[in-house]
Order: sequence, then structure tokens, then C-alpha cells
Amino acid sequence: MSVSENDIIDFIYAEAALLDEHKFGDWLELFTDDGVYWMPLEFGQTEEHLTTSLMYEDKLLLTVRVERLSGERTFSQRPKSRCHHILQRPQILEMGEIIKTKTAFHYTETRLDEQFFLVGWAEHVLRQTDTGLKIVRKQVNLINPESAHRNIQLFV
Amino acid sequence: MSEINLDDLVKPGASEVHRDVFLCQDVFAQEMKTVFRNTWVYVGHDSQAPNKGDFTTTAIGTQPVIMVRHTDNTIQVLLNRCPHKGVQLVNDPSGSTGRFFRCPYHAWSFKTDGSPLGIPFKKGYEDTGFDTSCAKKGMCKVANVKNYRGFIFARLSEEGESFEDFFSGSLSSIDNMIDRSPEGRLEIVGPPLRYLHHCNWKMLVDNQTDTCHPMIAHESSAGTVTKIWNAVANEDTPKPMVVELVLPFMSSYETFEKMGIRTWDHGHGHTGVSWSIHSEYSDVEGYFSAMIEAYGKERAEEIIAETRHNTCYFPNMMVKGAIQTLRLFKPIAADKTIVESWIFKLVGAPDTFLKRTAMYNRIINAPTSIVGHDDLEMYERAQEGLKTDANPWVNMQRHYREDELGGERVHPGTSEVQMRNHYVSWAKYMGQINEKGAGS
Repeated sequence: MSVSENDIIDFIYAEAALLDEHKFGDWLELFTDDGVYWMPLEFGQTEEHLTTSLMYEDKLLLTVRVERLSGERTFSQRPKSRCHHILQRPQILEMGEIIKTKTAFHYTETRLDEQFFLVGWAEHVLRQTDTGLKIVRKQVNLINPESAHRNIQLFV
Repeated sequence: MSEINLDDLVKPGASEVHRDVFLCQDVFAQEMKTVFRNTWVYVGHDSQAPNKGDFTTTAIGTQPVIMVRHTDNTIQVLLNRCPHKGVQLVNDPSGSTGRFFRCPYHAWSFKTDGSPLGIPFKKGYEDTGFDTSCAKKGMCKVANVKNYRGFIFARLSEEGESFEDFFSGSLSSIDNMIDRSPEGRLEIVGPPLRYLHHCNWKMLVDNQTDTCHPMIAHESSAGTVTKIWNAVANEDTPKPMVVELVLPFMSSYETFEKMGIRTWDHGHGHTGVSWSIHSEYSDVEGYFSAMIEAYGKERAEEIIAETRHNTCYFPNMMVKGAIQTLRLFKPIAADKTIVESWIFKLVGAPDTFLKRTAMYNRIINAPTSIVGHDDLEMYERAQEGLKTDANPWVNMQRHYREDELGGERVHPGTSEVQMRNHYVSWAKYMGQINEKGAGS
């Protein structure tokens, strides 16, 4: 089963749409069991473990986040946050067993009267599996990771 | 500005504290002129400025300062303004200035101890009375700076308690963090997490020793980890590092009660006297033998067994020796605080420690942390809820006893005694009004 460049581009758009539509459970299913979601703290950071990151989430932690969002005693989600992604057309950097893409984004998150804006690019590493394309790694590079942020509660 | 009467703000023993302590901008302004001038405030760590000319920028209260390593190798703390027009001499979070600071506006230059070096085309100041001006003296310098085993503290006011008198026994928590390095040395790693809260800085300080909130406010985060872990594991399943870090947050009231709280004079204190949420981390191969080699078996065991939870240093700093993190609650306004969360490497210890520390920092302290989301929600709801006129008091009476403070004392672990200790000192320093500027 081979995938075309268009399939990959559609996949990246669909991934963001799941987040914007609050289908977090379906979104989680897009990750492989060893999948990772990484948001570095420093611009250009390459070290994953021996320095602080904003997020470095394996499937267990992503599952916790998703479950928490709908928890009855998740007070920071009363009322709930909403998010919105605007993506530039994904660039395909590598096409093979492993697929690598880079996608510029404008991300907005809002709750009550507050709204903030994050900008940067996401680097996806994808793998073809029996159940379709899956995310092995999503790295979210903000242009201002070191800024004094407010709560970032959903997923960029 | 109306007169601030401290007796109206803090009840005896700080059993209750008036909401204006958190809401009132006039109170905030007085804090900046008293609490943050008269006490030893944490500025940074000397590993942030390893070479001559290396600097970091930060603030003591709302006073912008530069911490710099001078040509004689000492750490200097200078007010970050050019004596000419007030321009900040540097504004990068950190960097190197070489042998001197040069103002980008008119090229006035200063040595790294703040003393004047040069002014271009200086003859224009002849016969102007410039020699007696403030500008002539160079950069304002904080006179009282202490480098305590790498931790840099500064006191803006000329007069006050000595460093040793101010901190007394509380320095044992910083000592323990340093002693956990087989080489007795720490290094700051990476930039801090920076997290903006729309609440008063003291709400964050209070929360550091609030042992009755984790199992409630963090049910959504730590509770969810516990639930998911229990569904897939039994008692013998080895816990991943992240599970090991988060599960203890859901400990019972009884567990927190037993762990105890220790207080010292001048508003310092810590949770976790006999046990803490950091006590049961897995051993790391190679560490214990390195510690025995460095300290001998008895002393090494003593250092490792001391697993204090949060040590609050008055007014606005907290360290966790057992996981090597430091948090600074930086006041911006009565309702605005930036929290910086820093991590340290134990020099000479296996990398697993740094990995654990970095993980703890992002899981618990980041603006992307679900634990942080729980806490911020509570602080900001309090900042709003305190606008209620019907009850102006914040209650801190849990386990309150008269005469509970004085010297070094140990209290029940769910006591709000460390919060009271903080406000008793806060009221004392708020009363020490001194309008003079700092340094030269």
C-alpha cells in the first residue's frame, strides 16, 4: 500500500482538524504506541532529555492529557478551551519507510475572555502501518518558546 | 496613597490576612520599597556567569538588575540603568559584555563593578557641576551581595540583618541540594520555564507549603495518571519515571500530616521533614558509590536520606533539594506574577538525575503542565473571588497555635504555619520604610 504526497498532506490537515473539532480521542489514535509529542523550550533546541522542554509526551502522557480534558474535576476546563489551527501547505522533506514533513502554523487558543496566538512550524515523522499513516513524532517549534506564557491547555 | 495600617491587614499570628494584601496596588508598591529592599533576595546562580564579563539580567522585586562576573572574579549586582538617561545597559536574559558595559545610546562606559570608565567628548562637562552629580559616580551598585556556595543573594537596603542571621538554619536546604553532587557543585541547565499568572505573587508562595490541596486540586492531573496507571499495572510493575514522579501527589491527608513542616525565623520554612513526595525515587546506578567515595558512607547516607519537599526562602524563592529545582515568584503588579522554574545539574552524578529533574520541571512547572493548569486556575479564581466585599479575610488558621513561631520548630504537616510564618515576617518588613535609593 503506497501513499501519495497528497495523502500525506491530507493527513496533516486532518490531524489539525481533529484538534480543532475537539476529537482528542481520535487524535490520540493517530500516534504509534511509541509516538512522541515534543515542544522544546529553547529556539533551535536539539537536546530532548537533559534540559527542560515545554512538553515531551509519550503515549501515556498524551492519554492522561486527553482523559483529563474531559474529567469531571478538571476545573481549568470549566468552561472549556477552544483552539484553531491555520496551516501552510505541508512540505514533504523525506518520502520512504519514514516520512518527514514540515508545516508552518498559526495557532489560536481561547477560554473565557482570553485568547492567545502561537506561531511556528511542526515537524512530523510519519510511518505507514496496517491501519494507515501514524505519527511517530510531532515536534512543535514555537518562535517564542522562552516567553512568559499563560496556560497552554490544548495541543498545538 | 492612603496610609497602610498593617494591623488592619494581618491579624495576630497571621491567622487571617486581609484581601488587600493580595489585591491592593498601594500595598504592592510598599512591598517593593520594604519587603524587597530589606531582605536578601535570590538573584541567580554563579554557574550562569562562569567567565569574567558573563552576565544575566533579572529583577529584585521590580528593580531591574544585572548579575555579572567582574574582572576580579567576584559576582557583582548592578542596577540596570545608564546613569545618564536611564537606558538599560543590557537587555538579553544572559550574555557576555567583555571587560565593560557600553551604553548603546551615548557610549558612556562602565567597568563590570559599575564604576565609570569613559564618556565621549567629555570636555563638554567641564565647569557644569557634573562632578557632584549622581551620573558621575557610574552605575548604581547593590552594596550587599552574598555568594553562598554559588547561590547569589542581594539586599538593596544598606542596613538590615546579616545574611547569616536572616537565613539561619534554613540554609540547610540549599546545602542538601549542593551536597547531593559528589563534587559539591551545581550548575544551572538551560533557560527557565516562564509562566505568567494573573494573581498576586504571595498566592504562589503560600501554595508551596499547602499540603491540603494536591489530592484535591490535582485530582484532574495526578489523579488521572494514578487511574490510568492502576488500570494497566499491578504493584510489581516497574514504574516509568513519570509515574514515579506524579503518583505521590495523590497521597492522603494522613501521609502529608505525618511528613511535618519546619519553620525558621524571618519567614523561611519547608514541608517534608520526615518524608516527602520525593522520598521514594528509584536508586540510580553508580550514584551511591560516587557519594560514598566523596563523603564516606555515613555522611552520604545522611545526605541522600534528607528528602525535603519545598523550602520557601522569604520573600519569593523556593527550592526542592531532592529534585534540584528552584522557583522564583517574580512580582510584576498586585495581580501579575511571572514564575521562573530553573533546574540544576548535580555535577559528577549520573545523567539520570538531570533527566529526572528536567522531566519534573516540564511535568509540574511548565505553562504547558497539566499540574500547573490546576494551580493557576485556583490562584486566579482566588484573585477574582477576593473582590467579594462580604468577607475580606483569607483564612490561615489550620493548626494555628499562639506562640507557635520562634527559632527552629517542627509542626504537623497539614498546618498552615509556614504561610503564617511568611505573613508575620511580611508585616515586619512592610513596617520598615526607608525611602533611600540603593547603593551609590
